[in-house]
Amino acid sequence: MSAVTATRELGGTVARRLPGDRDVWIFIIAELLMFGAFFVAYIVNRAGEVRLFNASQLTLDRTLGVLNALLLISSSWAVVQAVCAARRNERGAVPRYLGLAIALGIAFTIVKFFEYSAKLGAGLTMMTNTFYMFYFCLTMIHLLHVVAGTVILTVLWNNARGGAYNSSNSKGLETGASYWHMVDLLWIFLFSLLYLLK
Amino acid sequence: MLALPKDRRHGTWLLLVLATGITCWVRAGGIVGLAAAAGTLAIAYFKGRLVILDFMELRDAPIIWRAVFEGWLLVVSILIFAAYWLSLAGRVDA
Repeated sequence: MSAVTATRELGGTVARRLPGDRDVWIFIIAELLMFGAFFVAYIVNRAGEVRLFNASQLTLDRTLGVLNALLLISSSWAVVQAVCAARRNERGAVPRYLGLAIALGIAFTIVKFFEYSAKLGAGLTMMTNTFYMFYFCLTMIHLLHVVAGTVILTVLWNNARGGAYNSSNSKGLETGASYWHMVDLLWIFLFSLLYLLK
Repeated sequence: MLALPKDRRHGTWLLLVLATGITCWVRAGGIVGLAAAAGTLAIAYFKGRLVILDFMELRDAPIIWRAVFEGWLLVVSILIFAAYWLSLAGRVDA
């Protein structure tokens, strides 16, 4: 599978293409299936302890959850722009957009650090109850993905500073971008389940 | 300074931000129950689909890849809603 953009008009027909490395897409599917099972496990457990889950949810800082959602959405957008810049051969813009995406990813991690600190400071741990077990486990597993994604983006940023990505070589960039968008996609559901659904 | 050429995905970003704001506004208003949950999940589905189609660029990927990701999104959303609905129907401690 070659790696440029998704769709190109070719003599009146549309060439459908998968951006990036196909093997990473298979890895992403495995990750989504794992998190999908986590989401269902959460909502099934919630069904057995609705009052406890609702009361515990009220102790979460929804503002920080929203802030993190906006940070990841914006970071994903910046990565999209980096890929587009590479395809337009705007080599100077690629590291700038990736730098913005990395900064937003780091901001997500910092917000999470403050959120965890507040919870632990209030004596709330994953041993407190079932809701907090899910809250800490799911968000920490997701945070590990954010950190891994930030490292990947940093490697891409370093490559981009050397002018590595352009219209004929963007497969590595697209691959890293796909992983980062998965991190964004997962937070959309984690945020809705943990912070909003009651 | 980052250049911002015309790109439909600027609109995608804006829609994602607005959708996030709407769900929070609904919850901040204290609206609860099945309709509110359905709305929250519908918006999560809508946002997820935008990310899959526009950010992950699967809108124009080979059909099988797009179907796998859209299928995952749909199945997970339905399972979550079904479990939530069952929790309302059979709850004993709420």
